Amino acid sequence: MVTRGFTGRPKGAEPTNRIPPGQHLVDYFPVLSAGPTPRIEPENWRFTLKVGPRPIKTWSWDEFNALPMTKMVRDIHCVTTWSMLDTQWEGVLVDDILADAFIEPPTGFTLAHSFDGYSTNVPTADLTTGKAMVALKYAGKPLERDHGGPARLLVPHLYFWKSAKWVNGLQFTERDEAGFWELRGYHIYGDPWREQRYTSD
Amino acid sequence: MSDNDGSAADLGWQNARIIRIEPRTATIKSFFFQLPVPLRHRAGQHVDVRLTAPDGYTAMRSYSIASAPDGTDIIELAIERIETGEVSPFFDDVAAVGDDIELRGPLGGHFVWRPADAGPLLLIGAGSGLVPLLAMLRQRRDVDSDTPAALLLASRTWSDVLYADELLVESERPHGMQLRFALSRQAPQRPQDYGRRIDAAMLAEVIGLLPAAPAAVFICGSNGFVNTAADAVLAAGVHATAVRTERYGG
Ligand SMILES: Cc1cc2nc3c(=O)[nH]c(=O)nc-3n(C[C@H](O)[C@H](O)[C@H](O)COP(=O)(O)OP(=O)(O)OC[C@H]3O[C@@H](n4cnc5c(N)ncnc54)[C@H](O)[C@@H]3O)c2cc1C
Repeated sequence: MVTRGFTGRPKGAEPTNRIPPGQHLVDYFPVLSAGPTPRIEPENWRFTLKVGPRPIKTWSWDEFNALPMTKMVRDIHCVTTWSMLDTQWEGVLVDDILADAFIEPPTGFTLAHSFDGYSTNVPTADLTTGKAMVALKYAGKPLERDHGGPARLLVPHLYFWKSAKWVNGLQFTERDEAGFWELRGYHIYGDPWREQRYTSD
Repeated sequence: MSDNDGSAADLGWQNARIIRIEPRTATIKSFFFQLPVPLRHRAGQHVDVRLTAPDGYTAMRSYSIASAPDGTDIIELAIERIETGEVSPFFDDVAAVGDDIELRGPLGGHFVWRPADAGPLLLIGAGSGLVPLLAMLRQRRDVDSDTPAALLLASRTWSDVLYADELLVESERPHGMQLRFALSRQAPQRPQDYGRRIDAAMLAEVIGLLPAAPAAVFICGSNGFVNTAADAVLAAGVHATAVRTERYGG
């Protein structure tokens, strides 16, 4: 339905083939989160890999920073309709985390967990083969608390709530178990190109 | 899954008709929409609004529902004009009574309050961040809840205070909530109010108006405001798990 009197913002030379349906570009980095912004000091930071309830390996901040670092330039898309192009990230690929624990992806599904109790589910195949990382830097600088620092998951091809802020572990699960927002009406997978915003989309 | 949204059937797009527009402040207007399919929302939830241009271009934004869940087919949104924005100036300048606007909802399953939830309830808002908190206060009034509640509302000046009259009435009735205004660019209008930005000392005082520590805290506004308020609430000894935030993106 055309809205009477609405023409939209004059469009510049936007590369529209990179902007999923219903999204618009922003030139700043908005902040959205469900609770207070946690303050996590490096000495208290831990990252744990689990298979089901069983911990496989835990890294301290220094140990984690000693893992191979990878840079990624990606477009990101938030379910609240903003998108940013060419965002610059640096961190540890999920592949390299698994390699450091000497394991192959053990199950088809993963829950990412965060210091604030947040969780989100992602199929394991969407995290491996270079698709996702635990990011420690944004635009060349340590990741700010507001954006999930010291470390957040980055799964850039899914809506950005899947890129859990303040991440402190990955847990491999047998079944696809809904995370925090997925239990609260948001889509179980969250592909921006298929506009999978809410459960019923 | 008790936190889940309404049924999938609630989430389809519908053409809602604007039946009334009411200016609230210099930059905020209330829009009353009549819905073909009434929403069964919970206080604090929002809708997504979708505008479509003749060339098919669409813009979608979220707006909190200001009205209480009241079983009617009318909802109220309060939309603040953001000068450089795409959607909010459309509502301020163009949208008129009789227009049909596409929206869907109710959305959001976290920033919600139910009358049965444990109290006391502490609400902290800035500017249009009052909107979802107002839905909670309106429902609290409608169901005659005696859950102790307090609202701390930050605004620039007295004329920027959204729903000032309704809030004052609500605070003065029996079982009404405690009410404090914090004005950042004007002296306080009432002796109990504040003429400064929100800080930890202010939060400690407002929490002190409640008979016990708050069991649920809802904070809504810009990200900077939410961070300041949340840090102040934590400094006052409230546990982080009791604090829910809604950031309007900026
Ligand atoms: C869950 C939810 C509920 C909401 N409820 C309400 C509500 O009840 N009432 C209400 O008025 N709004 C509400 N909002 C905000 C609303 O969705 C829109 O974001 C707002 O109306 C602005 O939209 P716009 O199209 O006018 O501006 P946009 O076209 O989105 O642009 C905003 C402009 O502001 C600038 N900008 C904004 N923030 C920043 C920043 N931090 N740094 C730099 N530039 C910035 C941008 O550059 C841009 O030009 C809510 C948002 C959410 C997520």
